[in-house]
Amino acid sequence: MLRAFIALLSGVIFGLGLAISGMMDPTRVRGFLDILGDWDPTLAFVMGGALLVMAAAWFIQRRLHTPVACDSFSLPGTRLIDGQLIGGAALFGIGWGIAGLCPGPAIASLATNFVPAAIFVAAMATGMVVHRLVTPQARA
Amino acid sequence: MITQWFPDAQPLQGLIGGMLIGLAGAIMLLGVGRIAGVSGMFARATAISRSGTPWPIAALFTLGLLVGAFAHLGAIGPVEATFPPSTSLLVAGGLIVGFGTRMGSGCTSGHGVCGMSRLSPRSLVATATFMASGMVTVAIVNALGGAW
Repeated sequence: MLRAFIALLSGVIFGLGLAISGMMDPTRVRGFLDILGDWDPTLAFVMGGALLVMAAAWFIQRRLHTPVACDSFSLPGTRLIDGQLIGGAALFGIGWGIAGLCPGPAIASLATNFVPAAIFVAAMATGMVVHRLVTPQARA
Repeated sequence: MITQWFPDAQPLQGLIGGMLIGLAGAIMLLGVGRIAGVSGMFARATAISRSGTPWPIAALFTLGLLVGAFAHLGAIGPVEATFPPSTSLLVAGGLIVGFGTRMGSGCTSGHGVCGMSRLSPRSLVATATFMASGMVTVAIVNALGGAW
């Protein structure tokens, strides 16, 4: 019950933060990526604010034995920098640049701009399914 | 100063919103010991991914994103947004984002916020890569006359 509340609370605060930050406006995100044009630095402030708070959270995490509501931390342990990581990130950036949307703002926008957000999210889910179908180790 | 050089920028809203996003990541990390990465949580919530985060946590987090945006509508006001002018841009962007975030194990939240603040080498490389490829993509689209 506590875990469920924590997950929902985290999502609600995340969605509210996205809405306040301006990152739910694809044109503004596109403006950040448009470094040769009319550059909009807002996303850099969003990143800065998020990194500041999250860095403090990691500082606390290193001093905890367990999270508040679970028996252990479940964190990514791999340190491998390979073609999957770089190729996947490069593709993600291309899609991000084309539509001005990444997964968080797209999903949050289902509550505010349903039709375009739903088209993007449906396509995103399809892309994820395609990845699973072509990647044997991802089918597990 | 910033607003003088960049009249469209919203540095204060960006900073406040960003700190809330960081707080959300902190609650997930310190509360249940997991990374608040949206692409992974969404894949798990929709059962596209069948392992990792317990389903209720992923589903409630994903639902929460909508509730948070909806709360902004009620408590603060409309969320300003101009979407791409054509459905084909939304579909192409969505397909590539979906495939790429699974292949690269994360997006702006998991790698960009949670991983970078952990100083994870993987996340630093991933973030630099998707920022660069996003910038190149926008420059190419603009050069081809597709700016919007």
